[in-house]
Amino acid sequence: MSKLCTTLRSAMEKAGLTSGMTISFHHHLRNGDHVLNMVLAEAAAMGIRDLTVQASSLFDIHAPLIDHIKSGVVTGVEANYIGQLVGRELSLGLLDKPVVFRSHGGRPAAIESGRVHIHIAFIAAPTADCQGNLNGLYGPSACGSLGYAFSDARCADRVVAITDNLVPYPAMPASIEETVVDYVVPVESIGDPKGIVSGTTRITRDPVGLLIARYAAEVIRHSGLLKDGFSFQTGAGGASLAVTRYLAPIMKELGVKGSFGLGGITGYMVDMLQEGYFQKLLDVQCFDLKAVESIRDNPSHQEISAVRYASPDAKTAAVNNLDAVILGATQVDEGFNVNVHTDSNGFIMGGSGGHSDTAAGAKLAMIVAPLFRARLPIVVDKVITTSTPGSTVDVLVTQRGIAVNPARQELAHSLKAAGLPVYPIHDLRSMAERLTGVPRPVARGNRVVAKVEYRDGSLLDEIYQAKD
Amino acid sequence: MIRSMLFIPGNSPSMLQNADIHRADALILDLEDAVSPDQKDAARVLVRRAVQALGFAGCKLIVRINPVDTAYCEEDIRAMVPLKPHMIMPTKVGCPETVQAVSAMVGEAEAASGIPRGAVGLIPLIETCEGIENALAIARADPRVKALFLGAEDLTSDMRAKRTKAGQEIGYSRAKIVSCARAAGVEVYDTPFTDVNDEEGIEADTALAKSMGFTGKASISPRHVPVINRLFSPTPEEIEYAWEVLDIIEEARRQGKGAISLRGKMIDKPIVDRARFVLQMAKMLGGEGV
Repeated sequence: MSKLCTTLRSAMEKAGLTSGMTISFHHHLRNGDHVLNMVLAEAAAMGIRDLTVQASSLFDIHAPLIDHIKSGVVTGVEANYIGQLVGRELSLGLLDKPVVFRSHGGRPAAIESGRVHIHIAFIAAPTADCQGNLNGLYGPSACGSLGYAFSDARCADRVVAITDNLVPYPAMPASIEETVVDYVVPVESIGDPKGIVSGTTRITRDPVGLLIARYAAEVIRHSGLLKDGFSFQTGAGGASLAVTRYLAPIMKELGVKGSFGLGGITGYMVDMLQEGYFQKLLDVQCFDLKAVESIRDNPSHQEISAVRYASPDAKTAAVNNLDAVILGATQVDEGFNVNVHTDSNGFIMGGSGGHSDTAAGAKLAMIVAPLFRARLPIVVDKVITTSTPGSTVDVLVTQRGIAVNPARQELAHSLKAAGLPVYPIHDLRSMAERLTGVPRPVARGNRVVAKVEYRDGSLLDEIYQAKD
Repeated sequence: MIRSMLFIPGNSPSMLQNADIHRADALILDLEDAVSPDQKDAARVLVRRAVQALGFAGCKLIVRINPVDTAYCEEDIRAMVPLKPHMIMPTKVGCPETVQAVSAMVGEAEAASGIPRGAVGLIPLIETCEGIENALAIARADPRVKALFLGAEDLTSDMRAKRTKAGQEIGYSRAKIVSCARAAGVEVYDTPFTDVNDEEGIEADTALAKSMGFTGKASISPRHVPVINRLFSPTPEEIEYAWEVLDIIEEARRQGKGAISLRGKMIDKPIVDRARFVLQMAKMLGGEGV
């Protein structure tokens, strides 16, 4: 049987696309992804309506989705993260049906358990052969790991691979194997390399961010976790990434040899692998070119599925073996609940991603954030949206002090003994409000525009319609 | 004790609100070069409110004011003195008369605000060839003068020299201002290192300033503050040696010896003075000292 299709339309027709279906996408091509837009444009041209887009994440490049919602081609959206451009429209009530947010671990758990049924998975494949052996390692749109797409490929009724790098059979390695792929469509381009991975991820030069990162590294030093076998995850933005800059010298000073780095992987984590601070990298998503090169060339840098990364239904998942994770926040409240879904005006501009998964799994979940952004305090009475429950968050690190969850008194004692500026979280809130004043409550409508599912599938929070 | 001084533009709310978190010993709240003429009034208001709201506990406050021959200087002094800054930094100071003129205005502002006379010190910014040549007279011009400050950017322009990272062009000025400040019994602070991304450069430039006798050094980047603090603090080895010096002097006194040596070197008065200074610094920084 030939799986090759000459056009996207023929693949979609062969896969049996009809109105009312759920179609899925993965986000490894990030803000350079062309696949979601080309599939929806083709669906619209076919007269298809009432689709549910089940995407691991949506970025600003997916703004054409807004028009497809307005025209009725798309009537449902489910994702782990939604960028500002699409998020704004959804916040204003563009969809009749609430958006469903999941986490990077919750999504594959929902798919593999059957709670989410995907009719057709569209896999953006930087490299593919004619039978559907796929990887993200080579080609003009190389993105490294394809970890978020594995469950889609395994569980969807039909799987369509779309590639701009068709290679002779068999493509090696096969991250996703021909056994689960129905159709392969070569196209001119699946993505814009500039938006897929940044050339080089750079650590912030903002002195406030660097100070926060330095405090965070000191928290890890005094947490009791920094010993041989230490495992670590940090994000790619702001102060999170900068923690690596301060952590490496501490590990060197103490002679600590870590075991593995996890998550979305940056060049800085690759450096730590190459310099021997960690022995392995487990990679569900590459953030920069150095990470892509490393996962391709270094056997100690391994691609993992989102299930292995973070699924709460897996027998074990990597997040449960994690010692420390550094996470961001748009708001943290006095109960240590964290918001990464909505901005200070209640507009959707993010999502959990792996936030709640890693916080639940890691022994030390640390939030790093400035105490205020512009004129708005980060520590608030109650977060607008609960993305990660406070019971799973251990520490908040800001430039003006560190707050430790009262459930972790022993950690608070250790940090105080080390001379770190530890305060009750209420005091951090007061410090911020002394400078910024108390923000007025956000005006919002009565209609629920999004539901936030916790990683186990339970309802964690609801996002109400924002007011323009 | 001031090892590090951090410049904060007086018209930048975002920098003002985090000015005190970088562990600089002093903040220089700048009303001069960082602030364009149309923002001078706004900067004074912003600085006043920032000091009132934030307090900047743990940092000594210095306000860099506009030159005495501008229309802004007097208003700067009237607005800033009520905040009781540790020092006012007059700019483009070339002669002692400038210091005396500023001191008189500060005195009037102190009286108007009910602040004890002499509470606010002066740290003249020496940034012209004339100022370098008159440094001793400037340092002795008024009892308010607590320190001198070398400003190399304008100075090298005045010298018609090219400013370099190595700083050979300001070698004479550095030596002269240190010598004059010490002769007058006041402290002396080195010019900032302006390449904020050159981590090796700030290390070398700070080490040079310390070796030449400066009390401390200013910075335009918070990222330079830890380096300056570290290099201008006594090292554990220096503290240990200082204790040994004092111990052996005490031992000599008990034994009635007039001369004593340590590690093969005669211990004379300058070495003892230096040891006491090191231990005083250690004590001020929270360690064990005298």
